[in-house]
Amino acid sequence: MSEGKTDTAIQSLLKRAAPGRHEFEDLVIVPLFAIVAALVLGALTMLATSVEPATIARSYLALLQGSVGSISAISETLTAATPLILAGLGLALGFRTGLFNIGAEGQILMGGMAAVITGFSFPGLPFFVLLPLCLLSGALAGAFYAGIAGWLRAATGAHEVISTIMLNLIAYRLIDYMLRLPFVQRPGRADPISKSVPDHAALPRLLDWIDPNLRVHAGIFLALAAVYLVYWLLFRTKIGFEFRASGANPDAARFAGMRSGLIIVLAMASAGGLAGLAGSVQVLGVLERVTPGFSAGIGFDAIAVALLGRSHPVGVLFAGLLFGGLEAGGRQMQVDAGVSIDLIGIIQALIIVFIAAPLLVRAIFPWGFRKPATQQGK
Amino acid sequence: MSIVRNKTGRIAAALALFLASATAASAFTACQVTDTGGIDDNSFNQTAWKGVEDAKTQLGIEGRFLESQAETDYEANINSLLGGDCDVIITVGFLLGDATKTAAEANPDQKFSIVDFAYDPTVPNILGQVYATDEAAFLAGYLAAGMSKTGVLGVFGGINIPPVTIFMDGFHAGAAYYNEKKGTSVSVLGWDPKTREGLFTNNFDSLDDGRAFAQNLYDEGADIIVPVAGPVGLGSATLASELGADKLKIIGVDADLVLTDPEHKEIYLTSITKRMDATVFNVIKQVMDGKFEGGILLGSLENGGVDLAPFHEMESAVPAELKQELETIRAGIIDGSITVSPK
Repeated sequence: MSEGKTDTAIQSLLKRAAPGRHEFEDLVIVPLFAIVAALVLGALTMLATSVEPATIARSYLALLQGSVGSISAISETLTAATPLILAGLGLALGFRTGLFNIGAEGQILMGGMAAVITGFSFPGLPFFVLLPLCLLSGALAGAFYAGIAGWLRAATGAHEVISTIMLNLIAYRLIDYMLRLPFVQRPGRADPISKSVPDHAALPRLLDWIDPNLRVHAGIFLALAAVYLVYWLLFRTKIGFEFRASGANPDAARFAGMRSGLIIVLAMASAGGLAGLAGSVQVLGVLERVTPGFSAGIGFDAIAVALLGRSHPVGVLFAGLLFGGLEAGGRQMQVDAGVSIDLIGIIQALIIVFIAAPLLVRAIFPWGFRKPATQQGK
Repeated sequence: MSIVRNKTGRIAAALALFLASATAASAFTACQVTDTGGIDDNSFNQTAWKGVEDAKTQLGIEGRFLESQAETDYEANINSLLGGDCDVIITVGFLLGDATKTAAEANPDQKFSIVDFAYDPTVPNILGQVYATDEAAFLAGYLAAGMSKTGVLGVFGGINIPPVTIFMDGFHAGAAYYNEKKGTSVSVLGWDPKTREGLFTNNFDSLDDGRAFAQNLYDEGADIIVPVAGPVGLGSATLASELGADKLKIIGVDADLVLTDPEHKEIYLTSITKRMDATVFNVIKQVMDGKFEGGILLGSLENGGVDLAPFHEMESAVPAELKQELETIRAGIIDGSITVSPK
């Protein structure tokens, strides 16, 4: 018995030192096959709704063209991916700490609102002060808002799933209310819409010198920097180790002398900060104003992004790009083939289902996985 | 689905895919971007899309649409239609106003038309389609006041924006006019034309909200309700169906809802129609004939751009005397002797 135990212990140690076949399969092959399976099932769904095969082929071609087929397609993909990556990183950080934060949507709303208010309140500041200030206030607002759920969890044991969902609902109404305040609402409008941020508070668009319709903006660099920062935080710092230890085994972490309450609040606040940044990037780079629906479900899509990316910063980056591509390509599917945008939602959902069930993927695609090694690895 | 089939008819194999986009570009194409209610909302977006469908059958053009799922989609959707394949891009809804203007200014050679937005000053490549909806809503208000047994009418809107509140203004004014003529005191819940405040769902897609708002108004005594919120009103119609038409009637907006939502036909008193299909069709025709000009296209009671739909199932329920009075008022609104807005 004990011999067997040490054997597996050594094996897992070896695995940790040198990521082997199993990790590769889990991180790369499973997601790839999940996407393939989702596309095939998506095609079957289209067939079932009496879309003709030629149109299905055309719509998938449009999906490809609309996501990576041209400069404007890539620009749209990156534009859609930027907030997903940022919010996804926040959620991944929470998942690593064992916190299932459903509140990114609310944190995005609060972050975006704060960024816009800062933007139009200090139009006199030069851009190199104003833009960072806007981003910072957005991140702080998101961090504070998520911190409430963290504090509730740490102080009272209120489960973060419930409290973040409720905070989302509060955020929706709070935004509705704030958008009607005289100092926020755009003059001359009766509907809830905020004043615009001044041009010099907006994130610069990167390619508008080629074509003014290219929307990709400097937020993508922010997202890339955040990927590195979260990686460094999680895997290279003491607090990151504490996050991960609390996630892996909260009891053990507490007995090892880690302050679990503080860790929960800090992890939630960092997650909320990233989501708030996602909201700020969206309003400062794309929308330049706040309306009630501006979060557009990004906070929920980001949950899928974090799960698809296996809560690893680099995985989140690729998952965010994939979802951004699906969004941009989905639009093209509608334009070129007249296929409903809802189908894209179905394909996204199918991808998640397959990712969440790696055993299913392994069963459907027996080739590509090395059988004996995987079974031993379990 | 029908566009899908029409297009695929021309395509033999998947290999001809690239050719397909080339042939599509040569035909006259009208492109439409919907608001968040969706293309099949039985109401606002669907009526506007019908204009393109009509143009497809009568003028032989190609038509495409893009549905906006969220307010963040507007700009992206317009952009993805900018490739040059669209002879005219029609955006549907006041909320697309900013995005349409931005796109039109960045692409001065592209012709745009927007439903429910009038730019001031006008933009040379945008034709705004606006409607004197209060004229038709005035008739509906008078009718409802005459039909109500409880003396309480209800109205609620999607979002507090001019193309929505103009329905509520007209309806309120019509009911007030009835009170003035008949010495009654029929009240309208859900909208105060002076403070510009009222009941709003703050969305154009939640059928649950439509049901809940109608329930609240019904609980306050209203027996005729006007939901001015596109598909949201379908939720109110469901409630009315369950209660029965003698307890709660609905007045539809935008389209003749008896035709678009026949499932609930027995509870619609009438509909305040806003003939976006007619104006969209006209815009397409103008572009085809080379007569397109930026500016404003106004639909009114006089030119049929707005109207009251037939009573259908309620035909026998509406007293002949009331019908007569409505005809007189209609003539009065058209010749200007009756003003529909207190402004």
